Amino acid sequence: MTSAALRSRAWKVLEMVTTPLLPSDYLDLVSPLRAGADLRGRIEAVHPETGDAATVVIRPGRGWRGHTAGQYVRIGVDVEGVRLWRAYSITSPTDRQDGRVTITVKAIPDGKVSNHLVRRAKPGTLIQLDQPTGDFVLPQAKPAKVLYLTAGSGITPVMGMLRDIEFDDVVMVHCAPQPQDVIFRDELHGLVADKKLRLTEVHTDTDGMLDIARLGELVPDWAERETWACGPAGLLDAAEEHWSEHGVQERLHTERFRPGIVVAGDGGEVTFSATGRTVDADGATPLLDIGEEAGVLMPSGCRMGICFGCVTPLKAGAVRDLRTGEITEAEPGVLIQTCVSAAAGPCDIER
Amino acid sequence: MTAIDPTAHLTAEQIEELGRELDAIRDEVIAGRGEKDAAYIRKVISAQRRLELVSRGVLLFSIFPPAWLLGTAGLSVAKIMDNMEIGHNVLHGQWDWMRDPKIHSTTWEWDHVSPSEQWKHSHNELHHTYTNVIGKDNDLGYGIMRVDEDQRWHPFHLGQPLWNFINACFFEYGIAAYDLELGKNLHKRRRKSPEFRARAKAVGRKIRKQVLKDYVIHPLLSGPSFLPTLAATFTANLVRNIWTHSVIMCGHFPEGVQVFERRSIRGETRGRWYLRQMMGSANISGSRAMHFMTGNLSHQIEHHLFPDLPSNRYAEVAVKVRALFEKYELEYVTGPLPKQVFSAWHKVFRLSLPNKKPKVKTPDREQELVAA
Ligand code: FES
Repeated sequence: MTSAALRSRAWKVLEMVTTPLLPSDYLDLVSPLRAGADLRGRIEAVHPETGDAATVVIRPGRGWRGHTAGQYVRIGVDVEGVRLWRAYSITSPTDRQDGRVTITVKAIPDGKVSNHLVRRAKPGTLIQLDQPTGDFVLPQAKPAKVLYLTAGSGITPVMGMLRDIEFDDVVMVHCAPQPQDVIFRDELHGLVADKKLRLTEVHTDTDGMLDIARLGELVPDWAERETWACGPAGLLDAAEEHWSEHGVQERLHTERFRPGIVVAGDGGEVTFSATGRTVDADGATPLLDIGEEAGVLMPSGCRMGICFGCVTPLKAGAVRDLRTGEITEAEPGVLIQTCVSAAAGPCDIER
Repeated sequence: MTAIDPTAHLTAEQIEELGRELDAIRDEVIAGRGEKDAAYIRKVISAQRRLELVSRGVLLFSIFPPAWLLGTAGLSVAKIMDNMEIGHNVLHGQWDWMRDPKIHSTTWEWDHVSPSEQWKHSHNELHHTYTNVIGKDNDLGYGIMRVDEDQRWHPFHLGQPLWNFINACFFEYGIAAYDLELGKNLHKRRRKSPEFRARAKAVGRKIRKQVLKDYVIHPLLSGPSFLPTLAATFTANLVRNIWTHSVIMCGHFPEGVQVFERRSIRGETRGRWYLRQMMGSANISGSRAMHFMTGNLSHQIEHHLFPDLPSNRYAEVAVKVRALFEKYELEYVTGPLPKQVFSAWHKVFRLSLPNKKPKVKTPDREQELVAA
C-alpha cells in the first residue's frame, strides 16, 4: 500500500473514533493553524498608518500558498459575534522572512469590518482566510518604465508591488484629500529620497480632483509606461477612456474595489437562480410564498420562523426580516429564512 | 382541553397585546446579540470537546475502578452537554446568526442516533409549531402514552409506566424511531415508500456509526480495559438518556400544563400561538448549573416562546416573561426538578387507568362550578 493510501486508511479509522465530529474538530482546539486545517490566520499586530487606516499583521496557517504582489485576500472576521467576509489587498512583500503577511485597511464610514480591524482588532485573534487571488499583478518580464496611478486606499495593492520588485524607472501619482491622509507617506518619501521612485501627490482638498486629461502635465511620457491604476470607479473609468483614446489601452491595468453597495428597497425582482425563474415580489410577501407561487420547489416547515426548515442561500441583493424589519445583505455563506423574509430590492435566492 | 379554560378571562385584544409585548422582548434580545453570546457558545463547545477527550482518555485505563468512575462521569456530562446545551440549541438555529458554518443548524451533527436532519423536522417543525395539540404534536406521549383525561383509554395504556421507563433508558433510540414515525410507517405499504426507506437507511447508518464508536472502537483502543470501557460508554449513554428524558418530561407533562384540541388552533393569531406556548410548557427551577445541564430547557416556557433565541439568554428573558404571566393572571408552571419529575410520572401512572369523562382538574374551580 502506498503511504498516501495508508494515511487515508488511518484517517478513516480516526473518523470512526470521533464520529459524528471529525478529527479536525478536536485538532482545531489545539492547533488551528496547522497544515491540513481550514485556512485561518492569527492577527499578531495592528499598526496605525493614518488617522483612519491601519496595517494588520497576520500569521497565516500552514496551508497558505503565498501571494503575488498586487493580489488580494478574502478574510472572515467575527464582528460582534457575526462572521463577515471582506477582501483586502496584501501590502507585504512576497519574500517576507517571518512568514507573516500584512493587509492595510482604511476605515470607511459605517464599514463594519474596516472599522473593527482599524480600531478594535486585538492581537491573538483568529480570522478565516482564503488563498490570495487576483490578476492585478506585475508581468514576468520587467517593463522598462512603470506608472502607478492610485487614489485613497487604492494605494494598497501598489504598495505590495513597490515593496516587492524594484524597477529602474517608476513614477507614482497618488491622490488623497490631505497630506496626512496619504497611507505609507513616510515610506514613499524614503523611496523618493533613495531615488527609487518619483512621486507626485495630489491633495484633492486643495488641488481639486485629478483631471486625467491633464495627466501629461504631471507625467509627460505616461503613454509609454506600463501602468497599474487602482482607486475609485470614477478615476478608473476616466483612465480607461483616456488610455483607449490614445490607443494604448493594453498598457493599462486596473483594479476595482467593489464595495458592493446594496440599496435596500421595498420589494423587487426575485431571481430563483437554481430554477432560472424571475418574478416580481412586493415588500410584504414572504419569499417562500413568492417562490411556491412561481412553481419553485421551496423547502419549508412551520412557515412562521421557528423551525429553520426553510433556510436558503441568499446569493445577491437584500431581504427584510418581516418580524424585525432587519435588512440582510447577500454575502457568501449568508442563509435566510424564506418564510419570514421579503424582498428588499432585487435579490437572488439559490433555489 | 381541560374543562375549564385558564385563559378564558382574556379578551382577544388582550391576547394580541400580550403577543406584542412578547415580540418586544424578542426584538430586544435580537438587537443585543453579539460578541459575548458568540464567545459563550464557543466556550461551551470547546469545553465539551475537551471534557470528552479527557474522559475517553481516562477510560483507556478503566480497568482501574477510580479511572472507570472518573471517565464514566466525565463522559456522561460531556454527552449531556453535547445533547442539550449544544446540540438541541444549535439545531434550533439559535446560533445561525453568527454565520459560522461550523456552528450552524444546517451543518451540525450530534452524538445521538437520530440524524440531525430528521430530528429537526419532527422537533423544530412539528412539535414547536403544534405544541401540545393532541393528534398533531406527537411529543405528547410520543404516540405510546395517554397524556390527557380526554384521550380514549385502551388496555394497552395499562403498561405505560413501563413503556415510559424503557423509553427513558433507550431514549435516543426512542427518538430515532419517533422521528421515523415508525408506528405509522411499519404498515406494509408505507414501509416500501422510497422516502421512508431513505430515511430509515440514514438512521441505520447513524446507528451503525454511533454503536461502532461507543461499543467497538473505543473499547478496542482500551485493550485490556475493553470490557470496562464498554460498560462505561453504555453507562454514559444510559445516564444521558435518563437525564434528557427526565428534563424533557418536565417540559410538557407536569400537572398544570394544558393540552389543546386540533380545532382550537384553526386560524390561530400570533398572540394566540404565544398563549398556547405559555400554557403548554412548564419550567424547572434551580441553580445556574442546573439550567446549564438541562441545556436551558429548564426555561422551557421561554424556549417555546422564542425557540431561536440563544439559550444563554433565557434566564434574563424569564424574568420579563414571568412578569407578563402575572400581569395577565396566568399560571407559570414551575418547580424544582424532583417535584416536576414526580408530577410528570404521577400523571403517567394516573392516566394508565381509565377515567370518567369529562373530568375537571382544578378542585377549587370545581367548587366554583358547584357553587354557581
Ligand atoms: S418554515 Fe420554519 S422557519 Fe421558515
